[in-house]
Amino acid sequence: MIAELGHFALILALAVALVQSIVPLIGAQRGWSGWMAVGEPAATAQFLLIALSFGAITHAFVTSDFSLQLVYANSHTDKPMLYKVTGVWGNHEGSMLLWVLILALFGACAAWFGGALPPSLRARVLSVQGLIGAAFLAFIVFTSNPFTRLAEAPFNGQDLNPLLQDPGLAFHPPFLYLGYVGLSMAFSFAVAALIEGRVDAAWARWVRPWTLAAWIFLTIGIALGSWWAYYELGWGGFWFWDPVENASLMPWLLAAALLHSAIVVEKREALKSWTILLAIMAFGFSLIGTFLVRSGVITSVHSFANDPERGVFILAILAVFVGGALTLYAARAGAMQAKGVFSMVSRESALVMNNILLAVSALIVFTGTIWPLVAEMVWARKLSVGAPFFEKAFTPFMVILAIILPIGAMIPWKRAKLDRVIRPLAPALILALAAAGLAWSLETGRTLLALVSTGLGTWIVAGSAADLWVRAGRTPARLLRLPRADWGKTTAHAGLGVTIVGIGLLMAGQIEDIRVAQEGAPFEVAGYTITLDKVEQVDGPNYFSSLATLRVEKDGKLITTLHPEKRSYPVQAMPTTEADIDNGFWRDIYLVIGDPQEGGGWAVRTYIKPFASWIWAGCLIMALGGFLSLTDRRYRVAAGARKAAPMHATPAE
Amino acid sequence: MKHLLHSLALVLALAVPALAVQPDEVLPDPALEARAREIGQVLRCPVCQGENIDESNAGVSRDLRLLVRERLVAGDTDSEVIDYVTDRYGEYVLFEPERNGANLILYYAGPAAFVLALIGAFIYLRGRRNAPEPPTGPALSPEEQKRLSELMDGN
Repeated sequence: MIAELGHFALILALAVALVQSIVPLIGAQRGWSGWMAVGEPAATAQFLLIALSFGAITHAFVTSDFSLQLVYANSHTDKPMLYKVTGVWGNHEGSMLLWVLILALFGACAAWFGGALPPSLRARVLSVQGLIGAAFLAFIVFTSNPFTRLAEAPFNGQDLNPLLQDPGLAFHPPFLYLGYVGLSMAFSFAVAALIEGRVDAAWARWVRPWTLAAWIFLTIGIALGSWWAYYELGWGGFWFWDPVENASLMPWLLAAALLHSAIVVEKREALKSWTILLAIMAFGFSLIGTFLVRSGVITSVHSFANDPERGVFILAILAVFVGGALTLYAARAGAMQAKGVFSMVSRESALVMNNILLAVSALIVFTGTIWPLVAEMVWARKLSVGAPFFEKAFTPFMVILAIILPIGAMIPWKRAKLDRVIRPLAPALILALAAAGLAWSLETGRTLLALVSTGLGTWIVAGSAADLWVRAGRTPARLLRLPRADWGKTTAHAGLGVTIVGIGLLMAGQIEDIRVAQEGAPFEVAGYTITLDKVEQVDGPNYFSSLATLRVEKDGKLITTLHPEKRSYPVQAMPTTEADIDNGFWRDIYLVIGDPQEGGGWAVRTYIKPFASWIWAGCLIMALGGFLSLTDRRYRVAAGARKAAPMHATPAE
Repeated sequence: MKHLLHSLALVLALAVPALAVQPDEVLPDPALEARAREIGQVLRCPVCQGENIDESNAGVSRDLRLLVRERLVAGDTDSEVIDYVTDRYGEYVLFEPERNGANLILYYAGPAAFVLALIGAFIYLRGRRNAPEPPTGPALSPEEQKRLSELMDGN
């Protein structure tokens, strides 16, 4: 009964979303305030209805209602409660429901906190947001109904894929969706602005916090996914250039570009039509990501549901929204006139360069991702594009970006002299060269990668510090009184530097050892003495495990004791490896237990991964920087401006 | 959620719970083994969904790993080994496609877009440099002026 209520609420939500997308739009065109005002309660109602529906499916998972097909296919009574709940979005239908729930949440937030927006803009934003919601609700209701009942309820379920039975599932998809879907707000604002024919500094100020929030969530979501892969998959890779990972990287790159170009619109009223285009494309790539994961056109390890019917439906949604928005853009972009005047050497130019580099990187990721598909369709060539290609094609642009970042971050608006900017950066440059030299001499392989990444990372971090120092007028007391936006900017930039150092040093200096270890016989890896003490057979709630105990010592002192596991899940007939990791500031010690060997002993893999934690620490610092910027005073003031009398409409530009 | 669902299908199909490179495959000569690992990173497992042969659990990947090591021991260079495997399994096993024919589009799309974008940006920026200063907008209306002073006083 609860499931049927959930299904009914979902259909009702679709109806409400249709109302939300049509009525306020007509109201805004005709200037009928009553019709425009429909958007707000509709957005709230849509969110509540989807929340109800989501609650109903969660209830079915928690109570193990196997009469529902979805629960039967993805759950089991022995599964721990955490994974019963997170299993709701560990499948295609449930994750789509989470997708629209978050979409409706963003729409509702625009209704609740958008009081300061001009009523017509707000009505149009809510209308576009409602239209996206309606499209995806229709997709769920017509092709991916999570509430399908089975004629006869089976005795027990088929359990969730063991690799997904991990706390990572609790956080990675929700954060990723908050990011993907958050970009829909930038899209809605862009389309609303195109319909209005008006983009100005105020528009940029409204759209930027939404983009920033989406970018923060996307950063955390990608970092969590990468960290999950690192510890779960048993060989400690952190990025695989898999199509679905690429699908999250492309919107991230474009959102980062959008954040920067929106600053130019806000401060200098230039780059308007480019910013609108970025806003459309950032969400467009989110939709492409959804299409890639769920249609099966590109073989990916993430493939959720390879159903052509669903693929065609999503492709139609993609075509309508991106195609429609781009058509509108083509018709209206000419009306966006730039105002700011600036010279070649200026902050504006530096931000243009930032946008070019990020957009070209996104384009490279995109071409590489769809190339196998294109080559097969057009030239019948079956080929693969993977990590070696992306590493070579993508890295040069990131290197250029890293080189110009500290300079671009400090260069003044309008008109600048380069030598004046570079002088305060001299200490950062010296420090970067010294760090690069140090990495070069310490790194056993003397790889270029270690040299370059350490140098660039240090350059960015030290350059960010120099930026803060100059902004504070070289007075320590003023540092804390700087606007949070300044702190946010430098923190986020420094986070990127930390991540660059981590990636470079990990890839350059990783040590790997694969061997058969006998119980009680110590072996040496890179100065660490490792002893396999014992392997015990242990029963988990829904799995059997070979639990190893390994001692890691250095110079006779115990560093840590690790317990890697090899689990077997009987319901899914599937083994998983659970690596155990000693996370350190300078290095991770990563141990994996394999199979028992015929001649006695166990296969043991040891990895020493230098600076691994820096990768994710850098991502967290980036997200923290975004958060600091989000709490800047000018946004809080803008939020407080809701009480203000409605502003006079200035004529369209 | 990397490699998650995929591994399920794969492991169920093959039911061989062996993971990646096994101890018995490792060559005694560390230099040769290091080359084998480098080659293993650029060859794709033919039956998997995007894993290289070093990471893959599939039986065919194990065969390929052994084949690569066999060729290396026989004295092949790295590119000879890769060509040997490509001749037998097709272009599909290369993670970095061959630089010929239509694939050149793939290789030059990024750099070409970069150059075009730089030219476009140069033209745009030159335009902005020479653009006339825009006329200043209409003065604030009385309400806006009032709101502005409220905001300024409020802090």
